[in-house]
Amino acid sequence: MMIPCPLSLILLFPTLGMISIFFVPSKNSSLIRRIATTALLLPFLLSIWVFTSYNHIAGGFQFVENIPWVVPFGISYHLGVDGINSLLALLVGLGSFTACLASASIKDRIKEYYIFLLLTVIGTYGAFLSLDIFFFYFLHEIATVPVFLLIGIWGSKYRDYAAMKLTLYLTAGASLALIGLIALYNATGLQTFDLVQIQQHLINHPIPVAVQNWIFPLITVGFGITLTLWPFHTWAPVGYAEAPTAISMLHAGVLKKLGAYAIIRFAISLMPEAAHTWMPIVAGLAVVNILFCGLVALTQRDLKYILGYSSCSHMGYILLGLACLNVIGLNGVVFLMFAHGVMATLAFALTGFVTDQTNTRNLDELGGLGKRLPFIGVCFSMAALASAGVPGFGNFVSEIMVLLGAWDQYCLYTVLAILGIVITAIYMLKVIRLGFHGPLNPRLPSVLDAQTPLAKLPFVLLLAALIIVGCFPTTILKHIDSGTKPIAERIR
Amino acid sequence: MVNPLLPWIAFFSPLAACLLITLFTLRSKSSSALLAILGILTSFICTLLMAIAIFSSHPALEFQQSMPWIQFDALTINFGVLVNPLAIMMLLVVTGVGSAIFIYSKGYMADDTSASRFFAFLSLFAFSMIGIVLSNNFIQLFIFWELVGVSSYLLISFWYEKKSAADAGVKAFMVNRFADFGFLSGILLLWSVSDVGHGRSFAFTDLAQSIGHIDPALLGVIGLLVFCGVVGKSAQVPLHVWLPDAMEGPTPVSALIHAATMVAAGIYLLARTFFIFESLTDVLYIIACVGVVTALMAATLAIVEDDIKRILAYSTLSQLGYMVMALGLGGPLQGMYHLTTHAFFKALLFLGAGSVIYALHHEQNIWKMQGLLKKLPITGITFLIGTLALCGIFPLSGFWSKDEILSLAADRNVVLYWIATLTGGLTAFYMGRLFWIAFWSKPAIEKHGHETHESPAVMTMPLVFLAILSVIGGFIGIPHFLYPESEHLTLNITVALTSSIIALLGLGLSYMIYSRRPSREPLEKKLGVIYTLLKNKYYFDALYSWYVNSLQQGFAKLLSWFEKIFIVNLGVHGITHTAKTIGNTLRRLQTGLVQFYASIFVLGAVFLFIALVRNL
Repeated sequence: MMIPCPLSLILLFPTLGMISIFFVPSKNSSLIRRIATTALLLPFLLSIWVFTSYNHIAGGFQFVENIPWVVPFGISYHLGVDGINSLLALLVGLGSFTACLASASIKDRIKEYYIFLLLTVIGTYGAFLSLDIFFFYFLHEIATVPVFLLIGIWGSKYRDYAAMKLTLYLTAGASLALIGLIALYNATGLQTFDLVQIQQHLINHPIPVAVQNWIFPLITVGFGITLTLWPFHTWAPVGYAEAPTAISMLHAGVLKKLGAYAIIRFAISLMPEAAHTWMPIVAGLAVVNILFCGLVALTQRDLKYILGYSSCSHMGYILLGLACLNVIGLNGVVFLMFAHGVMATLAFALTGFVTDQTNTRNLDELGGLGKRLPFIGVCFSMAALASAGVPGFGNFVSEIMVLLGAWDQYCLYTVLAILGIVITAIYMLKVIRLGFHGPLNPRLPSVLDAQTPLAKLPFVLLLAALIIVGCFPTTILKHIDSGTKPIAERIR
Repeated sequence: MVNPLLPWIAFFSPLAACLLITLFTLRSKSSSALLAILGILTSFICTLLMAIAIFSSHPALEFQQSMPWIQFDALTINFGVLVNPLAIMMLLVVTGVGSAIFIYSKGYMADDTSASRFFAFLSLFAFSMIGIVLSNNFIQLFIFWELVGVSSYLLISFWYEKKSAADAGVKAFMVNRFADFGFLSGILLLWSVSDVGHGRSFAFTDLAQSIGHIDPALLGVIGLLVFCGVVGKSAQVPLHVWLPDAMEGPTPVSALIHAATMVAAGIYLLARTFFIFESLTDVLYIIACVGVVTALMAATLAIVEDDIKRILAYSTLSQLGYMVMALGLGGPLQGMYHLTTHAFFKALLFLGAGSVIYALHHEQNIWKMQGLLKKLPITGITFLIGTLALCGIFPLSGFWSKDEILSLAADRNVVLYWIATLTGGLTAFYMGRLFWIAFWSKPAIEKHGHETHESPAVMTMPLVFLAILSVIGGFIGIPHFLYPESEHLTLNITVALTSSIIALLGLGLSYMIYSRRPSREPLEKKLGVIYTLLKNKYYFDALYSWYVNSLQQGFAKLLSWFEKIFIVNLGVHGITHTAKTIGNTLRRLQTGLVQFYASIFVLGAVFLFIALVRNL
């Protein structure tokens, strides 16, 4: 089967969905929900199709669409996937579809909610699929701005503070990165934002090392903020905690990975010499991320704060893997981006479910939910174990690869990173112990487990993805390897 | 020739059972039990077939099969099986004793509403354990090592509504996790220095051949790190604290996981990767010392314990200490021999205890049991056999295997030998105490409606099966099967006599104290301060809970506070506050008063005029 312009279609469906929601009266909420779900299901299926039909033996960018747009500045509508972003597009598909299904508890201003949600998803898909730096940046901002509104309007108690903080941080990071990207644009002297052309050109005409050395940290720190690089991480726990469930899922699971993706694509791949200078510092910060955020997670009592700090802590492994600058590490990073993305999406979805049922996120007010919510309890336990790096889930595979990749250069850091896995296990088991095990807290209201197949679908999908890649890593590793191989060759 | 499919069928049939139960039979307890039993029996039969094939070939067969699990240019991690006599022996223990325990569980768990979940977890455990036994490389072994930890966690906290059970599960998992931190570091270090000709490798056979190239000091570090994993899984001092608490799990779990198999995985790991340790005399000495300390310390703790399962748990710790000591003295054969016989009689004892607990409606305190030998004859007699085997009474299996370890110790290190021999006396004492109190004395007069009955046949048959094994375990050629090329072991008469006399003394002493069933513990007065020390388990738990709750949590709080004060308040809010202040200050200038603007204008003009004049 051949689908024409699959990548454009992926962007088109949610756009059409968004436009049609404009014309639906806001009272007709079930129609709005149905349109949004369909508009996210179709690109999800397409992303599966793109991923499975990507030819990893041939490698390179495939399904390319290139339409010049602003010719004088060299801006073009240029889409394409290699082994890396074909996988990440799949992650967006999985994350956005399940996030949409998890939005059932949103009851007010449904129309606006779904419009913003779809806009965010369009931006995220677009940023991952775009091979034009201008479009990447533009769509990345498109994804970020609606998040401000989604948290500010539909968030919980401290939503104003959280929305403002998250947006200011991300904007500050993005501006830093923008300076870097413009400098990069000038440094190549090509007058083009086209990533493929820039890559080709730089093979023979690398940017002077002195120039690389000041552009590289701008881009890395700028996008590092999205990736909760310590000490720029404090927006994340509060942001995720106050955001509505679907946004926590989407942001922690998917959007955050844009930071790592941009660092791979623009910083490491285009400025390999500077990478070797700066990455040891990043590796150090990565370990601080892992241990600091992990330990802070130990002190939290709020379920979503624990997950938020946990997410910051896990980003440390991604940063450490990036700092390896070798194939094993890079493969581990991309694998971890997918595995952590799925796991975080799942964990926030489950937390959202529990919070909707019990009206609390405080572990002290929960307890013994396992008997009342057997299905959710099992899923939560599995998500927690996956997060704690238990084999059988994708996280273990990727963390092992990151550790193996890092060992030669950063032996001590690697040992500390292994310690981080122990810390993760402590707070994850604590969540299970206090939330789901033990005697039932008598003050809890009556709760209802996920009953219908549709209610169970998002959890089952995400768990299945985690287990499949965890038990059969080659299913995605072949793609990843074909994508990272050219990058690894450049940075050698 | 061994059929190449056999190890794989043995490997995956419990997993298949687990999946089938989870997907289809969660509502039907009996079909879940049946599936689980079928799964483990299939493994057992495959293992028997392999054992026959291997045993009948000379020289002993060793073969491996593997396929890539993770593979790209720079890294290959395989998934495979390495079958040799050692692995087959261990597999026989796991699946054989496992089968008996699975069948027993069908009776024991019959009344539990979540029995299906129990059998799913139990099958998952069996799969993981078989994975440890068969793995042909370190990463795969580590994977199953962790899965065993997870299934143990799930099974310990099986009755998770109970606070103590839920806590015990977490404790077991965390202690093991902490130990695995060392183990994984060791694996990575070994991998990074391994040079097997075609790059680096995790495979045991590759590593065994190239281990000589590694710097001895570095190899010593690797050895100690790998031993960390053993200390966790086999519950050696100082990480032994999780095992007694793990008795919160259902009794078949204690029998299978916390006596016969999982805790023995550490010993098996040492034997399987003994090529690392062979040349490391210092590391081996440390290992032996850890073993003997565990053996002695656990035996002393068992003396003051009142819970029947916890007594057995301490006894398990103590016996594991013997095995670790044997490995440390350079005797994988002796260690594995004792592992095998111990699996028989300790599983028997636990299942016996389970039968008692079942009959007494979940009573575990031995002071509330009386005269069980008469009321539960099959349980009682098989329990007696297990007790005698554990004490090392001739000619039961425990006698032979313990004797091997003691002979080895007498040969290599006299101090360790004497400590181990005296520990044998303590073993006999605490087992005697248990037996005299709970089984020997006259039965209490029953209240009406609470009559105690012998357990059903589905539970007593496994007891009889294991009792037979405990009796004949010394005569069926286990050592020869384990290491076909090693010379035949001979009985050291002096060692055998000494240990037998000490064991009988221990039993006799306990008979003198307990046979008339004192109403309360007489040791409390006699031991004084020592009794308090033992009752508090040498304060290990207190120390750890201080570490976890005060030190670790305190440090975490400090960091949390640091984040709040420095990063958020001073950093983030500081910047925003500065920006706001500057904005507010500048805003004041915009007063809207024409006079103010005019005066500023005049001032500026004057300033410029002066500046100009100065320059002129």
